[in-house]
Order: sequence, then C-alpha cells, then structure tokens
Amino acid sequence: MSLSTTTTPHARVEHRGRPSRPGPTRIGRLTRLDLKTSPYLYIAPFFIIFGIFGLYPMVWTLWMSLHKWNLVDQRRNAFIGFDNYVELFKTEFFWNAVINTFGMFVLATVPQLLLALFLANLLNRPLLKAKTFWRLAVFVPNATSVAAVAIVFGTLFARDFGVVNWVLSLVGIGRDDPIEWHAEEWSSWIAISTMVDWRWTGYNALILLAGMQAIPRDLYESASIDGAGQWKQFWSITLPMLRPTFIFDNGSTLGGNQRQYQTITMYMVENSIDNVSRAGYGAAVAWSLFLMIILASFANYLLVRRTVR
Amino acid sequence: MTMLNASRRMWRASPLTYIGLILAVLISIFPFYFMFVIGTRTNDQIHDTPPPFTPSGNFGDNFGRVVDIKEVYFWGGLLNSLIVCVTITVSVLITSTLAGFAFAKLKFKGRNFLLLAVLATMMVPTQLGIIPLYGMFQDLGLFDNLLAVIIPFLTSAFGVFMMRQYASSAVSDELIEAARVDGCSTLRIYWSVVLPALRPAAGVLGLLIFMENWNSFLWPYAILQENPTIQVSLYHITRQFYTDYSMVFAATSVATIPLVLVFIVFGRQIIGGLMEGAVKA
Repeated sequence: MSLSTTTTPHARVEHRGRPSRPGPTRIGRLTRLDLKTSPYLYIAPFFIIFGIFGLYPMVWTLWMSLHKWNLVDQRRNAFIGFDNYVELFKTEFFWNAVINTFGMFVLATVPQLLLALFLANLLNRPLLKAKTFWRLAVFVPNATSVAAVAIVFGTLFARDFGVVNWVLSLVGIGRDDPIEWHAEEWSSWIAISTMVDWRWTGYNALILLAGMQAIPRDLYESASIDGAGQWKQFWSITLPMLRPTFIFDNGSTLGGNQRQYQTITMYMVENSIDNVSRAGYGAAVAWSLFLMIILASFANYLLVRRTVR
Repeated sequence: MTMLNASRRMWRASPLTYIGLILAVLISIFPFYFMFVIGTRTNDQIHDTPPPFTPSGNFGDNFGRVVDIKEVYFWGGLLNSLIVCVTITVSVLITSTLAGFAFAKLKFKGRNFLLLAVLATMMVPTQLGIIPLYGMFQDLGLFDNLLAVIIPFLTSAFGVFMMRQYASSAVSDELIEAARVDGCSTLRIYWSVVLPALRPAAGVLGLLIFMENWNSFLWPYAILQENPTIQVSLYHITRQFYTDYSMVFAATSVATIPLVLVFIVFGRQIIGGLMEGAVKA
C-alpha cells in the first residue's frame, strides 16, 4: 500500500493565447479560493459523518462504561470506575464468549485458509474452461445475509432431522446417538466454523488467486528447467510469493468473521437498549468486545506471519 | 520441450481439477438449494429420513403465511431495505469519489495524515457506538425512522480508500492540468474528467456497499420496530415461528433473491474489482 502520490510540476502552458498568469481579477481570486478550499470540502462529508456517528459515540461509550448509567433517566447516573468491567469479568457468560471466540477463530481460520489455497490453486489454470463461472460459483456464499445463512445452517445441523447428521449416519457415525451440534461446546464450534468457512473460503480463494496470477511465470519455467516438480514449485515459488497477499487477505477475513461475535453484541443490546438502566454495563461489554477484536487481529497477524514464513 | 513439461502440467486443467471444482461449487450452492427446497415443502416433510432434496409445489402456500402475519411487516421490510440501500449507495458513491479524488489528485495541507486517519477508522467496528447512537436518535425523534439507519452510513472509509487507490492510477494528471488551464473549476474537473475515469471502480464499490447494507442487522434491529428492514423482519419471523420451517425458509428465499439477482448481473465486475484491489493494495 503506497501513500505517495505523483506530483506534477505546475505546467505553465500558454493556452489559446490567454495570459499565463491571470491578474488579481475577480475570477482569479475565485480560482484561488477554489483551489484552496475544494479539497477540504470534498473530504469533509466523511469526517463529519464519522465524527458524529463514529468517533463521538465511541468515546461516549467509553465514558458510559465507567458509570452506572440509565439511558432514559440520566439523573441517577454515577461514576463507578471500572466496576462494570469487574462485573463483566466475573460472569461466566463473558469467559464463555472469550473461549468461544478464540476457539472458533482457530477452528475456522486455519482450515479456511488451507481450503482457499487449494481452491485458488485449482482456479489458477490458464487453460481452465468457463473461468468466470467457477469464480462466481465459489464466491456466491459471500453474497448472502448472515441471518439467512444462520437459519439454513441451523437446520442443516439439526439433531434429529439435519442433513449433516443424516449423511454421517450413512457412514455409521452417530446412528443411535446423533451428534448434538447445538448443545455441546466442541460440536457447536465445528458447526459454526463450518458456516463461517462456507461463507468465506471462496472469497479468500479469489484473493489468493489474484496474488497467484501476479507471480511472474518465468519463475516457474526456470524452476522446471532446474528440474523442480509441481509440488516443489508450489512450496518454493507460489507460497513465498503469496505472503503479502496472505497478510492482506487475513486482515479482511477477520472483519468478515465478526459474525462470531454476534452472541456478544446481542448481549450488549440486551443490557442497554432492552434494559435501559444497565446501559453502563452494556457499554463495558462493547469496549471489551472492541479490545478483544484488536487482540484477535494481532494474534491472527502473528499466526499467519509464522505459518507463511 | 520435455524439460518444460512439469511446468506445463501445472497450468493444465486436468479432469481432477474439474472434479475438485465441481465439488466446491456443489458445496457453495447446496445451502441455497436446500433453503429453496424446504420453502416449497410442507412443514412435516423436513422431518423425513432421508431429508427432502427436491422441490415441491407448496411455495405459494408457505409464502402466503409469511405475508399474512402483520407483525413481521415482510413487504414493508423489503421495500424499506431497498430504499435504505439505494440511498446509502448513491451517497457513498458521491462522497467516496469526491474524497478519493481529493486525496489522490489535489494538493492540500495534512493530506497524508488525514488519509491515515481514514484508514484508521476502518478498524472501528460499528457495533461499538450503538448504545449512545440509540440515545441520540431517540432524542432526535427518529426511533423507528428509516433516517436512523441511513444517516450514519452515508459515507464509508473503505469507499474513500478504494476510490483514492483507483484514482491515483486511473486519472491522468495531464488531463486535470489541461482542464485547469482551460479554466475549469475543481468541481467541473471532478464531474467531467475524474468521474468518468472512476466509473468501473465506482460500480464495484456500489455493489459491495449495497450488499453490505442489505445484510446489516444489529443496528436496524436496535432502532427499528414497526418499520423494519428485511433482515429485522426475517429475524422476527424466525424467532416467533421457528418451528414452521417451510414458512421461515420461504421467507428467507424471497429475502435472498434481490442479492442473488444483483450478483448474477454484476458478479463478474465485483470479482474483477475485488481481485484487482487485492493485488494493488
């Protein structure tokens, strides 16, 4: 990502016989005003909207989280320091959520990237027929709403009549005692990770594919002249050359996987908007979630850097 | 020639490649297909062993039940989502192309710092500010009003950044300079030089923004009640009638159709833009 821009020297071109330096006429002043203010006017909408509806609520949430806060009746609000956080850290719910988040994160991310890599490798054949079709088809899961996906996967993983358990029973797994995908920790992680992976593997594959296609082909040609086989080429050329793409990719994956946090965000709404006297506590939930996301991003970054190296 | 064989093999698509891809496509499509199948069945049939895998003729009846329940506002939700998404998309496109143009091609004090600030805001999850936002919009008297789910999303950091990246390479400095010498105002340059050049990327951005907002749930769920968007309406359907699978799935199928349509028509561009962005960024 480069932030530098090309700067062209001000071209002083004589044009249609007009004088190259206009005098201090009204038009000249207007032009200077235009040059000076336009850039700021153009970027202003973003900063205004973000300031009012992004930054301000964020800071306000932090402030609320240090108070006993009632959204409706604000006269009895009182500063209580970190008590809301202490209360949150004492609940079993919070630690469950933390464990779930990180558990699913590992369960979802690793297979997702491996599968995406495999899929990208399949898609990366110049002689492949109907390229656009395959790309579209693997990307389609990403276009669905998470609500719809959750409904469908909830049913696919149902205990008694779900398709997954039915398929497993065909090969003799859990025939008498079907797996409870919704109840147990491990099985529910697998179920939810499957859903997340279903939605994101194709997207990741396309990003990796883009990275693969940017690798110069001579590298492969010369490697094979040196006698390197297909796998050797994959390990020694494709993977190392994909490193930057991997890191970009993983950053965006994490944003998308925010679905994993839905239980926590719902808990936050229950403890603020549905129950207005607990808004301070809800705000503490919000900030804890934010910090958790930052931690997870960091862990993710380290993990990927290690794996790919 | 023989020495290049190993390399050649890597580029060729073998039958195994196609088998792998077909498998991937089947897995991608199956949940959609299954959703539609259940939506066309009677509710008892979902309990069959093996589960039903082919559509049947009960869709009209199932969907009829969805529209009949007044409290879930299904049609209203669909219309609201359309209004919200179109408004947001248009606004994001205008503000992002303007800001992207400024960041890429105009010189002003603090440009790099401000651009970094835009990037930093992308880290902040929208859920973080929901509680005060709820208070703000209630004070403004906008509870249950579509403006509440539109206004905060009228601009997008991602959009600004994407347009900035694209404008740096797609808009030529010479053209802008020539237009200036001709006496064009900055706004005029935006309109007749920059915007046409940004069109392909702006199209991709528009589709991504549309999809994102069509699927957004938490904030609309918090602030809208009797005037919901389609995701909120779907949520109410699932929560109140979770045992009526065929109805829930009929509703979900219909709610997914607009996205699938957008996808079929513009999917090629979306993918192109996405892959281009991945390498450029």
